Amino acid sequence: MAIYINKQTRVLVQGITGKQGSFHSGQMLEYGTGIVGGVSPGKGGQSVEGVPVFDTVFEAMEQQPAEASILFIPAPFARDAALEALDAGIKLLVLIPEHIPLHDAMDIMAYAKTKGAVVVGPNTFGLVSSGQSKIGIMPNKYFIPGPVGVVSRSGTLCYEIVGHLTASQTGTTTVVGLGGDRVVGLHFIDVLKQFEADPETKAIVLVGEIGGSAEEEAAEFIAREIKKPVIAYLAGKSAPPGKRMGHAGAIIERGKGTFDGKVKALTAAGVKVAALPAEIVQLIKEKI
Amino acid sequence: MKLYEYLGKELFKEYGIPVPRGQVVVSAKEAAEAAAGLGDVVIKSQVLSGKRGKAGGISFASNPEQAHEEAGRILQMKLNDLVVEKLLVEEKLQIEQELYLALTVDGSAKRPIVLASLDGGMDIEEVPEERMIKWPIDISIGMQDYTVREICRRLGVSGQLQKEFLSFMPKLYQLFRDLDAELAEINPLAVTPQGLVAADAKVTIDDDALYRHPTLPKIKEKTALELRAEELDLAYVELDGNIAIMANGAGITMATLDMVQHYGGQPANFLDFGGGADVERTSQALELLLGTNPKVLLINIFGGITRCDVVAEAFVKVRDSKGFDLPVSFRLVGTNETEGKAILEKAGIRVFSTMDDAVRRAVESARAS
Repeated sequence: MAIYINKQTRVLVQGITGKQGSFHSGQMLEYGTGIVGGVSPGKGGQSVEGVPVFDTVFEAMEQQPAEASILFIPAPFARDAALEALDAGIKLLVLIPEHIPLHDAMDIMAYAKTKGAVVVGPNTFGLVSSGQSKIGIMPNKYFIPGPVGVVSRSGTLCYEIVGHLTASQTGTTTVVGLGGDRVVGLHFIDVLKQFEADPETKAIVLVGEIGGSAEEEAAEFIAREIKKPVIAYLAGKSAPPGKRMGHAGAIIERGKGTFDGKVKALTAAGVKVAALPAEIVQLIKEKI
Repeated sequence: MKLYEYLGKELFKEYGIPVPRGQVVVSAKEAAEAAAGLGDVVIKSQVLSGKRGKAGGISFASNPEQAHEEAGRILQMKLNDLVVEKLLVEEKLQIEQELYLALTVDGSAKRPIVLASLDGGMDIEEVPEERMIKWPIDISIGMQDYTVREICRRLGVSGQLQKEFLSFMPKLYQLFRDLDAELAEINPLAVTPQGLVAADAKVTIDDDALYRHPTLPKIKEKTALELRAEELDLAYVELDGNIAIMANGAGITMATLDMVQHYGGQPANFLDFGGGADVERTSQALELLLGTNPKVLLINIFGGITRCDVVAEAFVKVRDSKGFDLPVSFRLVGTNETEGKAILEKAGIRVFSTMDDAVRRAVESARAS
């Protein structure tokens, strides 16, 4: 099982001829991802890592129909590329770039909704159904199949935590990066719902951070709807208010989105919150 | 990027949003001249800080002499550590009622959201939840008349005031969209005999969209080091401790700071030098940190896009050219880990493979020195 993507998922890479696009296409292919085509305007007819390149997403969809697309496009051009993918019928869109303007992100999300499509990111590492398919930029070797579902707002911190799990021979079903921006497509609740319904996922790890209200909303949802054990780690305990800690969302503003508030909400929902990333392993082992 | 009140009001004017008559001045003399044509005036310090009134940065005058005196006083002040360089001298409004109105981005709804309240003038946090109307806008259709009518119904506003809102709100929404604003806030929104007037303007522009607004002035509200980091496109925040930290990724950088504190140490900064950093970028990040004279340097790399060998090579290069000898706690795993470790070990630097070990070592070193 796993959620959102699997071995059968057919994937396009937008911006495949660029440095990041070509490198990560290679990495994804190595992992087993079903990349069927790439898109780079003006580069149609070329091939990258054996993948045919098309000028437009519509052309790619005529020749090599796909359900998913991943974007390696500079932020100023990401809106256009994302709308193109959605218009052409892509149902799962992974937005890797950071620094996409906020209003562009809102436009993309509104259009995705009318198309019934799922958007992951922006500013995400993507998602991976371990051992099956990876649509993202995470290092391949840490993502081995197993019973834990992971959902995270941040990238490298998520690798750190999955790295601990992998080192103790605990694999993952699917790992989803929500993205660090203020407006992102998938929220904790969307992914938690999928994990709850996935028979292979036995426990869930939630990696959050200060700022916004996503963790509080997740806590409320967990208390109401999630029967599976949930373990959390939250970053930003030491962050001073009013300072934006890298991610657009990671800022304590007007006393909202504090570390303590989030821990309290999650704990009240029955979620164990680990004090250090390494503790996740022990907490998971107690649950499965 | 936060805009000064006077800049916000200039933009409001361009969009047909009524603002008080007024003038920006830089001296007491200019303030007196401006006041001469305006009658009773309010003199407002132009700094990027809230609660200017409480701090004494807003004053009133009923003649040019008084304006001269008050302006002179405010220009000497420091408001929350910010130097007052400019003043806005404006006509004093005849205010019948003070309202609150703002447009911002709601991350949960992924949409713009209107915040409106009849309890303007005061601190927004002090407005009770039930007195603040929150109404998300469907971005695909924007602000329609029915939206405004619905917000008015919820506010309990009708008649002439509703008519005013129907003209006012679409203009504010247009500005919000056109300028890639994160926030366009008016507090207070004054009800006057002449209609609605924006007595204040707080506009914040999305930093990621500044490239498409080249005519907006660059406004700096950061320390010199933070500005330098911005030039280098590094996410950097200055803190008070003595352990300089760099890591790759916002989440893991925060987690590193948290762990330093967990083990009793004090982080000197937050520095996320991002993914895929090359030798040059890594060197720049290191040089920036060394400029802060920390006691210990803690580097936490989990390479995904970032290659361990590149970071290691850059580190050795900077160390050799700078010749610094402060204790370094280096954690290095991920893409090209073996190559990276080899480079560091050859240069005599001990490499940790867990974050825990590296952080504990850094905290110990900071204590010892």
